[in-house]
Amino acid sequence: MNKPVSILFVGVGGQGTILASKILTEALLEKGYDVKMTEVHGMAQRGGSVTTEVRFGEKVYSPLIEKGDADVIVAFEKSEAVRYLSYLKKSGIIVANDYEIYPVTVTIGEEKYPENVDENLQKTVPNTYIIKAAKLAEDLGNIKAQNVVLLGALVSALNLTGIHWENVIERLVPVKAAELNKKAFKLGYESLK
Amino acid sequence: MKKIMSGNEAIARGAYEAGCHIASAYPGTPSTEILENFAKYDGVYAEWATNEKVALEVVSGASIGGARSFTTMKHVGLNVAADPLFTMAYEGVNGGLVVVTADDPGMHSSQNEQDNRLYAPHAKIAMVEPSDSQECKTFMKEAFKISEEFDTVVLFRSTTRVSHSKSIVELEDRIEVPIKEYTKNIKKYVMIPAHSKKKHYEVEERLEKLREYSNKSSLNKAEINDSKVGVVTSGISYQYAKEVLGDKVSYLKIGFSFPLPDKMIRDFSKKVDKLYVIEENEPYLENAIKVMGISCIGKEIIPICNELSPDIIRKAILGTHIDTPYTIDIKAPNRPPVLCPGCPHRGIFYAVSKYKDVIASGDIGCYTLGMMPPVSVTDTCICMGASISAGLGMEKARELADREGRVFSFIGDSTFFHSGITGLIDSIYNNIPIVTVILDNRTTGMTGHQENPGTGKTLQGKAAPAIDIEKVVLSLGIKKENIRLVDPYNLEETNKAVKEAHQAEEPFVIIAKQECALLKSARAKRAKTRCVIDAEKCKKCKACLKTGCPAINFKDNIVSIDENMCNGCSLCFQVCKFEAISKEGELNE
Repeated sequence: MNKPVSILFVGVGGQGTILASKILTEALLEKGYDVKMTEVHGMAQRGGSVTTEVRFGEKVYSPLIEKGDADVIVAFEKSEAVRYLSYLKKSGIIVANDYEIYPVTVTIGEEKYPENVDENLQKTVPNTYIIKAAKLAEDLGNIKAQNVVLLGALVSALNLTGIHWENVIERLVPVKAAELNKKAFKLGYESLK
Repeated sequence: MKKIMSGNEAIARGAYEAGCHIASAYPGTPSTEILENFAKYDGVYAEWATNEKVALEVVSGASIGGARSFTTMKHVGLNVAADPLFTMAYEGVNGGLVVVTADDPGMHSSQNEQDNRLYAPHAKIAMVEPSDSQECKTFMKEAFKISEEFDTVVLFRSTTRVSHSKSIVELEDRIEVPIKEYTKNIKKYVMIPAHSKKKHYEVEERLEKLREYSNKSSLNKAEINDSKVGVVTSGISYQYAKEVLGDKVSYLKIGFSFPLPDKMIRDFSKKVDKLYVIEENEPYLENAIKVMGISCIGKEIIPICNELSPDIIRKAILGTHIDTPYTIDIKAPNRPPVLCPGCPHRGIFYAVSKYKDVIASGDIGCYTLGMMPPVSVTDTCICMGASISAGLGMEKARELADREGRVFSFIGDSTFFHSGITGLIDSIYNNIPIVTVILDNRTTGMTGHQENPGTGKTLQGKAAPAIDIEKVVLSLGIKKENIRLVDPYNLEETNKAVKEAHQAEEPFVIIAKQECALLKSARAKRAKTRCVIDAEKCKKCKACLKTGCPAINFKDNIVSIDENMCNGCSLCFQVCKFEAISKEGELNE
């Protein structure tokens, strides 16, 4: 039996990691995979560092990903990729949003935001893709769609074919946001080519 | 039909399919979504109760009245509901009665890590423990059957990783179960000493019958693979163990976990050379197995504290770990949770932060974050409702010790209805001059926006009388001159109220009323309002940064406001002494 594929979404509470992983899991279910997803609610959702984990394959037991076992880390905020880097497996992939959110610890001067995160990630992990997801989404008209841009990039990175992504997106986002999100997905998908 | 569902969605579905009629609960992470989902099904009654004790009493009455009923709560909620639980254990049920406790190992959003499995033997009621979403649904249906067959309350124990993980569930139709006849039976339903004495004997007999059932139950399963190593496990720990150890070892997976299947455990232990117990938090299974005289390895290698994970099991049982190939020279800054941009709690905490002699008694809700820098106001947080009562105690201690200071208690609207109101009555009755600040953000915020008795709407979307907190406070006996109703977005008004409260010598109440910035209605209203910093006028005094708003950045020696995060609450505008911040856009009324 093949080992399940593990995807770790990391970001800041409120960035939409849960919706992106929801679209992914629904699509994987349609494709016939066993799939599990786990997420965190409550206190951490208030601007804290958050993770959502998705695992899929023939058979999945644990919804939690072990350190060193993530096939992909999708970072909605750059420095979060750094925080969770130990979860990445050898020859794993990083898809990171070219977007920084300073935590209060930094704005009040207690800590420093790291410099040159992109270069450091690229230097450390060969398969690092920095995506201008926030910018692309903002240009489309709503920065919130950055989550679906990143999802598009992830799907491209994993080469997940044979899924009607547009249909799944249409089903899971509000009607008036459907067109924008479909465009966002496409931009994300193409940004990796 | 197959669907991907969270454990909580599946628990709701299980209750629906089981023909359950009535549900009542108080929101609490990680349990909240169960009632939210159950409430959407046709033909059921679901309500938010004022607290978990009330909720369990509501469903106890519903059960006695013949309806299949259930309540849900987070682990600490069961402490609140423990009083009716222990006596309902004696009374038993008429319609099936299930109590769902969702524990929070790892304390993702909780104040302690108690393991509620220990409640089942203490209350002497049956317990089931699912390990994924499919089991959440199946076990819920079985729980109702067990409840009616054995005349017992059933404790349904989930955890964060069961409740908030999604996996595949096969849906079935609802079984329509008629509401049972109610017959007056005071020996069963009136627990006076004479009746309770007899009942206690019956409860002990019931446990023996449940133990026999446990040994035959399909919820308990032995998977025999290899005779060298056997693992006894339950809940999410089973999934982690299977992930790491696969089919190389044998398993006794316990789904019906009180009373434990003693014969099955004994038989299983004889079939393997070495017995491990893999369980999260307390050694619940392990202690029971050891009492049976069976030797096993458990908490020597599996920690009691924090959430369990496959890594921990791998290290403990196999002594190995997966390599982590990448290390990096830079470090991510700590990112603790904070009050959201535009959070109405910020204004009042900012105002109180100017008084260094304030002792701030906190409570459970987003506003626990009032302890975080830079406002750093909150001193204590114990449990739901404790802000006012603990504040009262601190005030008494302060007075007796002749210490300087002024006690402020901070409590949210929903928490006030939950159990703060009793503390306030105590402070009025005993005339303790504390300041109670009721943060009325028109919703139950932290758990994700549930209606409450003050919002004017029920769980199932019906209009309801909105209980007016100001009138409640007034009618309890707080003098009119000692009540201030303020908009925390208005700093001048808020500062004035805080100053007057600080000087008051009698019980004083400030109601800070402004809707949660994340509420749909608030977002629509403030969609176009923003605050903007004029870099030329900005003197970089950082006064705005001292509000702790995450929308305000200080980068490359420039203070700026993230326009995507800002909702124009204007607190920063009001603290800026150099008129460097301006308000833009109009409110959508």
